[in-house]
Amino acid sequence: MNIVVCIKQVPDTTEIKINPTTGTLIREGVPSIINPDDKAGLELALRLKDQFNAHVTVITMGPTQAEDVLREAYAMGVDRAILLTDRKFAGADTLATSHALAGALRKLDFDLLITGRQAIDGDTAQVGPQIAEHLDLPQVSYLQHLEFDGKKTFTIKRKIEDGYEMLQVDGPCVVTVLSGAYKPRYMNVRGVVESYSREVEIWGFAQIEVDESKLGLVGSPTRVHKAFSRGVKAAGELYEVDANEAAGIIISKLKEKFII
Amino acid sequence: MDFSLSKTENLFLQMIRDFTENEVKPLAAEVDEQERFPIETVEKMAKLGIMGIPIPVEYGGAGGNNVLYSMAVEELSAGCATTGVIVSAHTSLCAAPILEYGTPEQKAKYLPKLASGEWLGAFGLTEPNAGTDASSQQTIATVDGDNYILNGSKIFITNAEHAHVYIILAMTDKSLGVKGISAFIVEKDFPGFSVGKKEKKMGIRGSATCELIMENCVVPKANILGKLNGGFGIAMKTLDGGRIGIAAQALGIAQGAINETVKYVKERKQFGKPISAFQNTQFQLADLQTRIVASRLLVHQAAYKKDQGVPYSVEAAMAKLYAAETAMEVTSKAIQFHGGYGYTREYPVERMFRDAKITEIYEGTSEVQRMVISGALLK
Repeated sequence: MNIVVCIKQVPDTTEIKINPTTGTLIREGVPSIINPDDKAGLELALRLKDQFNAHVTVITMGPTQAEDVLREAYAMGVDRAILLTDRKFAGADTLATSHALAGALRKLDFDLLITGRQAIDGDTAQVGPQIAEHLDLPQVSYLQHLEFDGKKTFTIKRKIEDGYEMLQVDGPCVVTVLSGAYKPRYMNVRGVVESYSREVEIWGFAQIEVDESKLGLVGSPTRVHKAFSRGVKAAGELYEVDANEAAGIIISKLKEKFII
Repeated sequence: MDFSLSKTENLFLQMIRDFTENEVKPLAAEVDEQERFPIETVEKMAKLGIMGIPIPVEYGGAGGNNVLYSMAVEELSAGCATTGVIVSAHTSLCAAPILEYGTPEQKAKYLPKLASGEWLGAFGLTEPNAGTDASSQQTIATVDGDNYILNGSKIFITNAEHAHVYIILAMTDKSLGVKGISAFIVEKDFPGFSVGKKEKKMGIRGSATCELIMENCVVPKANILGKLNGGFGIAMKTLDGGRIGIAAQALGIAQGAINETVKYVKERKQFGKPISAFQNTQFQLADLQTRIVASRLLVHQAAYKKDQGVPYSVEAAMAKLYAAETAMEVTSKAIQFHGGYGYTREYPVERMFRDAKITEIYEGTSEVQRMVISGALLK
């Protein structure tokens, strides 16, 4: 089985700084990480590797320093890493990004394509589904759990607003994974030691055969109206009690806040 | 001269910090309080290759080096000094001498098990009457056909209770003094070998420090490490390497205590402002952090020299001396910054202070380090 995971390098901050004139992110001085949803997707791929000996490729689109997340992925255990980078891709919105990634993915053979649900710097949740549309593949978003039958069918638990859906889908298909679905493994020492001596393939415009008008700033219909940091919700309180006691707690909490 | 960390070193720090924060630090207080060997952490470290960082890939290690290894011991010790010394004793005092002095057969037999963490290693030199004067060994090894028969006991042996293999020093020819000492690779299941009483210690209370007892312990001749009667040199060289690990442990304790203190002085308010706003706090912290960074440079220097295959005994002695005394000073002052709270087990600096003391004692006391350093200077 071949698996491709799309990952994104994102700034590690809940306090995102934004250039007030351009509305774009200021990345300087902010440490970068693998986007949490993508990292959970990477863990899913590596578990399928452990279980079914799957071959795992990671791909990221970004500037040259995005290579760092590919090195981290190597240290976690992936087999192949591709950096999609070209000046022509600069300024891409989700649509132009998904066109570029889809172009690269057409060159790769896979049974399962994994992306994160959304990136913490953009929060759009669009790139994964758009890739699936460009490639005309079935897609399951908001993946909470996946089982593979060892042949070609995936049984997927998908999280929706008020519960879960259980779906079956045959590969090749696209899934977008929630960060809470899989706890990412640690890098391992040998993986770290060897990471920077392994090859990261650099692919550019020349490799992907996508109409230039669909790429970069030119191919981006999105105009940023306003960008803002997402408010932080207070951590909830968790009670493990029986239903009667639970009802009592809920009522007292609602009363406390003068809701009832 | 380049003092910056390589990309690999930075990635390694990211990994080991992530591991320490999530798997090591949360257990530290419990491991100390209950004097419990954190076996589950050892299993997790084994899975990630932390038990074989500087061991070559051909022997099942991670293929890293001593700089990475020292970083690992530092970071682990910043979270839990017990965990740091488990890795240090295993790697520096057991796997390293087998790698350095072992025959191809010994390496093939023991290194993959040690590097993978399937087996834990330990080292037995110290005896009730042979501490700093390690040459006064009373453990005796006599020939019996294809075997040596060992009789004697060792004390204060780190990892003893949980180790599978030990490097044991014993007299093979008493008439030759230090030149009559040999090193043996002893497995815990060898007939006549047993682990004795466990010490109740001030610090590093989870590290299972015990006595080893050899009563007519049968060790195959094939398990002699290095040359017959060459054991004292092996022990001294092994301790040179071990000192890098202990220096890194002391450094980690010191950095861990400063990290806790920085957090505390920003939160703790007295006289209407956080105590970090007082110049007394600022100046003392500046001095302590300077000592820590100087310690780190000494540790990295010693590890780097070991990796380069050039002499590093003096550098390792300096690193251990300075880092250990820094750990004592930093943890003592960390408690002072915490005031009464620092004296309680509510805050980790109390444990760190107790953990720090041993770094001035084991694998060569600070006095021994001064002997090594001045000996090289005055020769």
